Amino acid sequence: MEFTSTVTEKKQVVPKKKYSPVREFWVNFKHQKTAFFASMFILLLIIIAIIGPSIAPYDPYKPDYDATLQGPSSEHILGTDEYGRDIFSRILVGTRITLSVSTSSVLLGAIVGTVLGIMSGYFGGWLDRIIMRSSDVMFAFPDLLLAIAIVAVLGPGLNNVIIAVSVFSVPSFARLVRGSTLEAKENTFVEAAKSMGAPHKRIMFKHIFPETVSSLIVFVTMRIGTAIIAASSLSFLGLGASPETPDWGAMLSMGRDYLGTASHVVMMPGIAIFLTVLAFNLVGDGLRDVLDPKTKNE
Amino acid sequence: MSEKLLQVEQLQTEFTKDKQKIRILHGVNFHINKGEVIGLVGESGCGKSLTSLSIMGLFKGTSGEITGGHIRFNGQDITSLNVNEMRKMRGKQIAMIFQEPMTSLNPVMKIGEQLMEPIRIHLNLNKKQAKEHAISMLKKVGIARPDEVINEYPHQLSGGMRQRVMIAMAMSCNPNLLIADEPTTALDVTIQAQILELMKQLQQQEDMSILLITHDLGIVAEMCDRVVVMYAGRVVEEANVFDLFEEPKHPYTRGLIGSVPKIGDKRDKLDSIKGNVPDPSDMPIGCKFAPRCTQVMPICLEAEPTSIMLENDRLCSCWLYDHERGEMHV
Amino acid sequence: MFQYILKRIIEMIPLLLVVSILTFLFIHMIPGDPARLVAGKDATLEDVNRVSIELGLDQPIWKQYVTFMGNLFKGDLGTSLKTGLPVSNMFADRFMPSIYLTLLSMGWALVIGLIIGTLSAVFKNKWPDHLGMVTAVSGISLPGFWLGLILIQIFSVQLGWFPTGGAEGWKSYVLPSITLGAGIMSMLARFTRSSLLETLKADFIRTGRAKGLKESSVLTKHALRNSLIPVVTIAGLQFGFLLGGSVVVETVFSFPGMGRLLIDSIAFRDYPVIQSALLLFSIEFILVNLIVDILYSTLNPKIQYE
Repeated sequence: MEFTSTVTEKKQVVPKKKYSPVREFWVNFKHQKTAFFASMFILLLIIIAIIGPSIAPYDPYKPDYDATLQGPSSEHILGTDEYGRDIFSRILVGTRITLSVSTSSVLLGAIVGTVLGIMSGYFGGWLDRIIMRSSDVMFAFPDLLLAIAIVAVLGPGLNNVIIAVSVFSVPSFARLVRGSTLEAKENTFVEAAKSMGAPHKRIMFKHIFPETVSSLIVFVTMRIGTAIIAASSLSFLGLGASPETPDWGAMLSMGRDYLGTASHVVMMPGIAIFLTVLAFNLVGDGLRDVLDPKTKNE
Repeated sequence: MSEKLLQVEQLQTEFTKDKQKIRILHGVNFHINKGEVIGLVGESGCGKSLTSLSIMGLFKGTSGEITGGHIRFNGQDITSLNVNEMRKMRGKQIAMIFQEPMTSLNPVMKIGEQLMEPIRIHLNLNKKQAKEHAISMLKKVGIARPDEVINEYPHQLSGGMRQRVMIAMAMSCNPNLLIADEPTTALDVTIQAQILELMKQLQQQEDMSILLITHDLGIVAEMCDRVVVMYAGRVVEEANVFDLFEEPKHPYTRGLIGSVPKIGDKRDKLDSIKGNVPDPSDMPIGCKFAPRCTQVMPICLEAEPTSIMLENDRLCSCWLYDHERGEMHV
Repeated sequence: MFQYILKRIIEMIPLLLVVSILTFLFIHMIPGDPARLVAGKDATLEDVNRVSIELGLDQPIWKQYVTFMGNLFKGDLGTSLKTGLPVSNMFADRFMPSIYLTLLSMGWALVIGLIIGTLSAVFKNKWPDHLGMVTAVSGISLPGFWLGLILIQIFSVQLGWFPTGGAEGWKSYVLPSITLGAGIMSMLARFTRSSLLETLKADFIRTGRAKGLKESSVLTKHALRNSLIPVVTIAGLQFGFLLGGSVVVETVFSFPGMGRLLIDSIAFRDYPVIQSALLLFSIEFILVNLIVDILYSTLNPKIQYE
């Protein structure tokens, strides 16, 4: 008996109910209970960032020398700082600073990094080499040190913090996007678009960019946590927000001296930073599990 | 009748997914005699690999568990053994080789080190003796310059050589039973023949039994004494290899054999079996093969057939052979 | 193997050169005349000119770079504007405490991170996993300066177990290294877990079990050995995080190291010190990555022979 072939191995195809991508994402994301809860917290923070100044019970800037360094009470639920300013009001108002500084620096870094990454991956060749070698050079400076150096050059202040944090985000985004671009380039529809003579710009942004979006969303969320810590570290070091600004990092920095006597001055803004960063990290983990199953952490 | 080495009786194995138990094996029955080579065939997803993992007790890291039936090895029920007793059995009495020789060896460990592991655990040899034994095993499986190979890493060996190493490792403690799960699927055709030849030769030398899991009927015809055909987690036919190819009884077996072209065949198309293996969570009632069967009868859709003993000690689960309730159509 | 290391070292040279050029240019990127910055706000024009010649700022820029590099190789890092001391002298007694601090932090972070990550992977979806991963995600989300302040408050102020600052004796290293290592430990724990879970699915793990190995040897001899490769790589990449974090932690604990010197120098606009400190930090980082690369190649037999 002679045989030359084998039984065909068949894969079973189970038809699944089809949802739109957004709907499917939502259904899956809701199953991630921790991440869902954390995203609700972030939503709350965004609302506070918008309406914070109008719901703050006290003027966050106005000193009250009769009520300095008071512990939490019914009057000041999170206590007061060394100038008698209400810490709760300052945290509420500071939410806007924290969110806008971190989000804008990450988005700025993401935009520049994405453009560089797509070009690098799409065109390859010398452009790729230049962009990747430059990001190698930037990686040679540790993140926070690079930010410190930039602020040292530009001078302290929140705007410069945004620039510094976005600069050190650029190479990470460029690498990430370059990777997904190289993958997307292999897709048949990209080949097809190319063979039909579509202009490069169109292929890059109509065909390749959408392929990178899901990993970008995950990475942006994760980086916001990093950016909040970096920005508040710079403020803590006296390189960011000026001391009177109700920035969480700056509040902490000011409160250091009263650690032994009035620890709530340090505790409260610290808890605010911790919870916010934690929320972004948890949402990032959840998004990754839903959107980026390749890197799934199980 | 010859002595039974392994008896699988009414074996049921289940997985848990999303807190739901899904039964994959539904009462699998077969046995292996001493010195016999049994082929276990079927399409992917029919439960043939799971049967072998159940025998080995290799469920760690999965949700799989045996929920019914017995597996007797030399008369002893090994499903009732505890983890440690089972572990001492693996690699010593029952050894296994796998489909992917590329990934079945640890990439960061030297060949010698990996070979010596079972030798040292099961045979209580010291390092030097174990090393000698490892080298002699490599020689036995036909690896040239074995004393150099033991100091190499898997990525330095070819696929065929790696499978030889796997065989050497499996054979190192003189097992009574070797389970080979698609041992040659990932290899080139010429290498396939060499590996099969080696297995056959070692089997005869050591008077060992082999459970050969494959979907390649050519290999079955070449290697096996008896064949067990599985479909959807059940044994549908069992016969000695000559009877099976001469006159397959079960329509599924006929489909399998029909889908293999024979030399000199003038047909343009293969009679492949239409349709797909049913989803384990959504099984038809009645005979599981009925939806794909060309000889389906009303009863097939209502009740599951039981195993019927036919001439020459062969078994077949099909209503066609039940003279009371089914009809003869052959 | 030796060739591989040599190749890596040679590949590193252009990067070092670019980094040196960038740090050299750093002082020139600051808006305004560097000589004026150096001479101080109240300096007269004469003073500024004198400083300009003293620092060689009147020379063409490439010549300045050559001088800068020449001095660098002689170990001359310039003179501090604030103290008037050679920068290399200022670094001398601050360099080693910082190195000890980062190594201590990395050491405990690696050990504990590996343990937590391994336990989490082994007890996947059971309580040790949940506990480990809650600890890890919290550790990543904790700002270092805040953690440091809390530790000072509890262990120095209230319990009096450790000093609040300084670098005298092993006790003064405990709290700073806990603070500095917490983030890395958490990252490594998460990474170890996912890497180990991935490895545990590999075919050779099944082979190990089929051989009759004990589960503990499957885990340590086969799974961990494979997972260690990516974990060590990540640890090396995260070293930069440690160097950046050390600036913050040294400030919190008034620790006399390089990081705090950098921050103090920024406050005083002591540019020669800032410049040299940045250069030193990035060289340190590049060297660590080189070491990790070499370590990686010894751990991974595939690279060894290529």
